[in-house]
Amino acid sequence: MIELDNVAYSYGGAELFSGLNLALAPGSFHFLTGPSGAGKTTLLKLCYGALIATGGQVRLFGQDARTLDRDAVALCRRKIGVVHQDCQFLDHLTVAENISLPLTVSGRVAHASDVTDLLGWVGLTQQAQQLPPELSGGERQRAALARAVIMSPEVILADEPTGNVDWEMSQRLLALLVELNKMGKTVLIATHDLSLIRTAKSQVSARVLRLKDRKLQLAGADL
Amino acid sequence: MSDVPRRIMDFIAGDPQADRAVPPTGFTARLTFLSAAAMAFLAVFALALSLATGRLADRWSAELAKTSTLRISAPSGQMAAQTTAALAVLETTPGVAEARALDADEQRALLAPWFGPDLPVETLPVPQLIEIVEDADGYDAAGLRARLQAEVPGAVLDDHGRWREPLVEAASRLRLLGFVSMVLIAGATAAMITLAANAALAANAQVIRVMRLVGAQDIYIAGAFVRRFTIRSLLGAAAGTLLGTLAVLLLPRADAAGGFLTGLGFQGWHWMWPLVIPVLAATVAFFATRQAALRTLKEQT
Ligand SMILES: Nc1ncnc2c1ncn2[C@@H]1O[C@H](COP(=O)(O)OP(=O)(O)OP(=O)(O)O)[C@@H](O)[C@H]1O
Ligand SMILES: [Mg+2]
Repeated sequence: MIELDNVAYSYGGAELFSGLNLALAPGSFHFLTGPSGAGKTTLLKLCYGALIATGGQVRLFGQDARTLDRDAVALCRRKIGVVHQDCQFLDHLTVAENISLPLTVSGRVAHASDVTDLLGWVGLTQQAQQLPPELSGGERQRAALARAVIMSPEVILADEPTGNVDWEMSQRLLALLVELNKMGKTVLIATHDLSLIRTAKSQVSARVLRLKDRKLQLAGADL
Repeated sequence: MSDVPRRIMDFIAGDPQADRAVPPTGFTARLTFLSAAAMAFLAVFALALSLATGRLADRWSAELAKTSTLRISAPSGQMAAQTTAALAVLETTPGVAEARALDADEQRALLAPWFGPDLPVETLPVPQLIEIVEDADGYDAAGLRARLQAEVPGAVLDDHGRWREPLVEAASRLRLLGFVSMVLIAGATAAMITLAANAALAANAQVIRVMRLVGAQDIYIAGAFVRRFTIRSLLGAAAGTLLGTLAVLLLPRADAAGGFLTGLGFQGWHWMWPLVIPVLAATVAFFATRQAALRTLKEQT
C-alpha cells in the first residue's frame, strides 16, 4: 500500500529523520509513537503526499510519490483516510456536510443513510447539524474519524485520534479502528498514549514503531 | 457536440454541495455583479452605435448613389441649346432612368437659404442644373463624362461621390469604433473578473487546502469558483443589458430629421442583438475565472 525506502525529510534545516524504512502491508495495524517534535505528523504527511521526501523514496500504491502530479495525489488521497491532528474542517459547513466532503469532492453521492449510520457509529447523531467550531475537542476528533472512513479507504492514517477524549471514548474510537482493520483496512495510528497501545495489543496484532533520535525503530515488548 | 446544451444546463444547475464547500463572499459577489451590469450597460450603447452607423453608411451610400447632378455653365445665349443637347445625351445613356432640368423656381428655392427668396436667377449667370435619377444598375460615369465633353462642353457631372465617400468612410470608422469599444469592454470585464476571482481564491486558501486534503482535484475546486462567477456575471450583465436597452428605447426618435439621419436605437430584429451581451459576459467570466483559478491552484501547492 504505502512503502518508505530509506526516507529522509528536512524542513530546510537539519534532517528531522533519515534512513527510514516502513511498509504498510494490506490489512496491517501499526502504531507510531515518539516524543513530541520527533516528526510523527511529518511522517504521516509523507504517507499521503502532502510532503515530498527530501531523501529516499515514498511509494503510494506502487507509484513513486515524487512523480505524481496534484491530480494523481488527489486520487491517492481518496484511498487514504486521514484523521488530522488539527482535524481540518470547513467551519461554515455542518458536521454532516464535513463528513461527506470526501464523497462530494470525488463527485459521488453522499447517501443520507450512510452519513447517519456513520454519525451514529461515532456518537455524533445529535451534532449532525452543528458547525465544527461548536464541537468539543473529542467530538471534533470523532467527526474527523468519521470523515476519514466515509470513502471506505484502503488505508487509515490517524494522527493522535484520541488526544482530546476521555479513556472511555478513546476505547470506543480504538474499537472502531480495530473493527475497520478486521474488515481488511490498513491502519496506522500515531499516538503518545501508551495505554491505548496496550489495550490494542490485546485485540489485534499490532506493530509498534517508535520515532526517536531521527530513526524509526520497532518498539520492544516493554510497552 | 449534441450534449453541449445539456452540459451547459448541468453547469448552471451545478452541484449544490460543491458550491457550499466554498463559502459565499458577499463582497466579490456584489463587485462582480455590479461591474458586469455596468459593462453590459455600456456594451448596449456600443452595440447600438455600431448598428446605427452601419445603417447610416448603407443609407447614405444608397441614397446618394441613386441621384446625381449635371451642372451646365454656358454664356446665356447658349444655355438653352446646351441644356437640350445634354438632355438628349442623357436620354440615350443606358442606366439613366430620368433626367430633368430644374426650372427657375426650383433653382431659386435651392439658393434661397443663402441669397433670400427674391433672387432674380434668370438675370444671373447661374448654371443650369439637371437632376439625374439612375436605375438600379446605374450608369457608367466615365463614359457619360466623355460623351458630354464632346457634345456639351459646359457640362460638369457630379455623381456625389465626392460627398458620399467621406460620409460613408466616417460612418464605417464610427462602426469600427463601436466594435473596438465592445472588445475593450469585454477585455475590461475579463480583467475585473480575474481580479475578483483572485481575491476570492486568496480569501479561500484554507478552504482550498481542506478540499485538497480530502481528495479534490484542481478542476473540481476551480469549478466551484467558475460556476459562481459565471452565474453572477450572467445575472449582472442581464440586468445591465435590460437597463441599457430601456435607455436606448427611451432615446428621442431622430426619424423626424428625415431619411438622411437615423435613430441610435435598434431596428427590427436588431433588438435581438442585446441578448448576446449577457451570454458574452458569462463566457468571458467563465474563461477568466477558470484561467485565474487553475493558475492560483497551480501556485498554491
Ligand atoms: N511546516 C514546517 N516548517 C518547519 N518546521 C516544521 C514544520 N512542521 C513541523 N516542523 C517541525 O518539525 C518537527 C516535527 O514536527 P511534527 O509535527 O512532525 O512532530 P510530531 O512528532 O507530530 O509532534 P507532536 O507529537 O507534538 O504532534 C518539529 O520540530 C516542528 O517544529
Ligand atoms: Mg504531530
